[in-house]
Amino acid sequence: MVNVIIGIIAYIVLAPFVGGFLAGVDRIVSARLQGRVGPPVLQPFYDVLKLREKEDITVNNVQDFYVAAFFIFVIATGAIFFAGGDLLLVIFTLTTASVLLIMAAYSSNSPYAQVGAQRELLQMMAYEPMVLLTCVGFYMVNGSFEVRNIVTDANMDFLPLIGVFFGFLFILTIKLRKRPFDLSMSHHAHQELVKGLVTEFSGKTFALIEVAHWYENVFLLGMIFLFFANGTVWGAILGVVVCIVVYFFEVLIDNSFARVKWQAMFKASWIVALVLGCINLFVLYLV
Amino acid sequence: MGTIFFLILFPIAVAFVLLVTKADAARDVIVKIAAAVIAAASIFLAVQYFKTGGEFYGVHYEWINYVMMAIEACLAIYIIIIGIRHKKYLASLFALIQTPLLIWFELTEGHHIEVVSNMYFDRLSMIMVLIIGIVGSLITVYALGYMKDFQHHHHGEADRRPWFFFVMFIFLGAMVGLVTSNNLIWMYFFWEITSLSSFWLIGYTKTEEATNNAFRALIMNLAGGLGFAIGILILGFVYGTLELSTMITYGTMYSGIMAVPAAFLAFAGITKAAQMPFNSWLLGAMVAPTPTSALLHSSTMVKAGVFMIIKLAPCLGISNWAGLMVTTVGGVTFLLASFAAISQSNAKKVLAYSTIANLGLIVTCGGIGTAAAVWAGVMLIIFHAITKSLLFLCVGTCEHNIGSRDIEDMDGLFERMPRLARFMMIGIAGMFLAPFGMLISKWASMTAFIDGGNILLVGIICFGSAATAFYWTKWLGKLSAIVANSEYVEGKVHKEETFVHGTLVVLTILAVLAFPLISSTTLVPYLEIVFGGLSAMALSANNMIIMVVMVVVVLLMFAFFFGKTKKRIVPIYLAGANEGDNLKYRGSMDKPVDFALRNWHMEDYFGEKKMNLYGGVITTVVIIIGLGMMIGNLVYILTGGAM
Repeated sequence: MVNVIIGIIAYIVLAPFVGGFLAGVDRIVSARLQGRVGPPVLQPFYDVLKLREKEDITVNNVQDFYVAAFFIFVIATGAIFFAGGDLLLVIFTLTTASVLLIMAAYSSNSPYAQVGAQRELLQMMAYEPMVLLTCVGFYMVNGSFEVRNIVTDANMDFLPLIGVFFGFLFILTIKLRKRPFDLSMSHHAHQELVKGLVTEFSGKTFALIEVAHWYENVFLLGMIFLFFANGTVWGAILGVVVCIVVYFFEVLIDNSFARVKWQAMFKASWIVALVLGCINLFVLYLV
Repeated sequence: MGTIFFLILFPIAVAFVLLVTKADAARDVIVKIAAAVIAAASIFLAVQYFKTGGEFYGVHYEWINYVMMAIEACLAIYIIIIGIRHKKYLASLFALIQTPLLIWFELTEGHHIEVVSNMYFDRLSMIMVLIIGIVGSLITVYALGYMKDFQHHHHGEADRRPWFFFVMFIFLGAMVGLVTSNNLIWMYFFWEITSLSSFWLIGYTKTEEATNNAFRALIMNLAGGLGFAIGILILGFVYGTLELSTMITYGTMYSGIMAVPAAFLAFAGITKAAQMPFNSWLLGAMVAPTPTSALLHSSTMVKAGVFMIIKLAPCLGISNWAGLMVTTVGGVTFLLASFAAISQSNAKKVLAYSTIANLGLIVTCGGIGTAAAVWAGVMLIIFHAITKSLLFLCVGTCEHNIGSRDIEDMDGLFERMPRLARFMMIGIAGMFLAPFGMLISKWASMTAFIDGGNILLVGIICFGSAATAFYWTKWLGKLSAIVANSEYVEGKVHKEETFVHGTLVVLTILAVLAFPLISSTTLVPYLEIVFGGLSAMALSANNMIIMVVMVVVVLLMFAFFFGKTKKRIVPIYLAGANEGDNLKYRGSMDKPVDFALRNWHMEDYFGEKKMNLYGGVITTVVIIIGLGMMIGNLVYILTGGAM
């Protein structure tokens, strides 16, 4: 019980700092890859603080509600995860969060925001099967959906779930909003028509979305960590190292590709889920 | 026992009264009172059951059999005649084969088989009766207001509303009979009445399309009825029993033993539950007035089909061909119907495909036949009944007030019909979002599929639920969009309609809050009796508590913060030059340009025709193989081979 509470509090307090720091590092690395110096590492925090100073404006009276609910559900997702709860519940909560963000964008009835929302929805459909298959994979290896059991189980799940791991890595690009799959909104100005999904958000609301994104990223890296955790210190260290490597890998990918068409993303994600995910699970089942 | 009889006979009596009631005012009063009585009686029956627990009832009256036989014969003659008159000879043919077959069987072989108890009432029946009695009768109340508008829209046509309400109430009575009959011949009787009732309801408008679709429904369900009759014959001749309970008891001991008759009965269930390749009848049923769709989709008809399969679950299971057939048909239907729903923009069609998909999931759960899978299946039945009726009735009201049932025309419904849009949003959220109802059962079925060791099904549910989230969310988005200067049109909605919507919303929420209780007091004991041993719930208590807490949090947030802002409201961004009304922007020719927003339908990927073709082919092959294997088995048994 104490562990559960510590997990939840640690996540709620620390995740934005870790996530924001990672975003800062991301920006420096990206800048160096593009031959620029880049902003200070704390720039994402300055941005969020600056956004909070902006004038309070909105396009309708329900948008902020959806965004706030989105924020709460994102935190709930990570909280259940780091409390050691049920992996499927975690994913379902995350889906609800995504749907709320999409509704916030839809509610503006702004063409740019809606196009972004529809693309976000498409991305959701693209990555969902692989995410669910990942959970199933963990269940098949560890005999439990509970994160606490998966972490302490003596198996290193990476080996039996190697296909699932790479499948998850593939859709992680979508979830982290990295190119080539940053269809609904991008952090890079040169990629965007306007600002996609988040066109109609401003000030504090926009800051909230930014912070929610940090929370989400930390949770996603937590999923990567699960593949390596085997209850020992070495497993934990390996897990953290791989998380860092994966993050840099995503940044690298981000800077070496252009955005693809939605058809390519959609097909690729489902094929990856079918081939890497389903076949891996089928092999597991046979063994 | 008395209450069960009352619940069968009272709606039928009311039906006859309504048949001769021509005045609106009188009908209003009768339907409302009858609906209240039926709902109260079904709740009373549930309470009574918990107190006394009465299980099986003998009801040995020979004359009941003869009355049923006479009615069946009359109905068969009726079907033969209308089949010939409308040149739908297949319907006549089916009626001509199955009814004489069954009557012959009853008079000869069946006469000697002793039936210990003709009726029963267990916890599953209780759940079904509650659904029929509460959701079903709410729909009849809704129909009062709706049919007034409908008659108004179809001005100049004959007023056939007495007939409409007559059939609706007959339907309710027959459904109660169906879920409480232990004697399969009795069940078959009610089964055929529901088939015929839906035929009448679908063909209500008497247009050519309606008549054709009604006949399609009738023919497909008669095909299922033929399967039912064959199942009864096999059971009678080979196994010497006509009782559902006996069948299930044998099935529990060794699931393979009853596979042959179970396969034929499950085939009947598949047709009634509108599984592929028979899904077209349910889609065709959309031509009928919306209360019909709501009734068929939520509390009656298709629920009879899945009830049958859930009931037979112990005799199925993926270790025998019958179970494999049912599981595959359900799984394929779930996946492809979910895909097909994406390509639709007609709200009723989206709902219809979603019903077919959800029924597919329930059928799969029944086919797997483990306690956990059945848990998920029954939960799906409960949540689906409430939520789907809510959605259908919302779409019906929406159609009468904005003149379209197309989702793309629901632009700005949030302001035009604020209450209705919010009700619809709750209904949609109830269909797929955590922490609402349907998700709980989807979650449980996923767990059950994995434990059942069927990787194919796990893949199917992963992809299927991604598609499900897509089509619901784009609808949800459409509803949530706030379009400037929308005209408020909610004033004309009948108060009956609003009352029914409101009640169903409350039920949707109550069901989520009460589901741990439903599970522990009703479902788990039922599963323990049927499957024996201690039956665990598919979801752990912790998870249930988290879900309930989430529901409460969402409700409180909604109640306190929704639609409130202190911020200044500004125009949206339209590439620089919003005309100021959020509806037009200044185009490159310096003229105001209107814009319109439409959703994705991905016809190339998920086109309806393609999905129905693939699904139809796969499921037909599976059913032919499945039933073929069963006939082979039967021959083997009859020629003296051991099982």
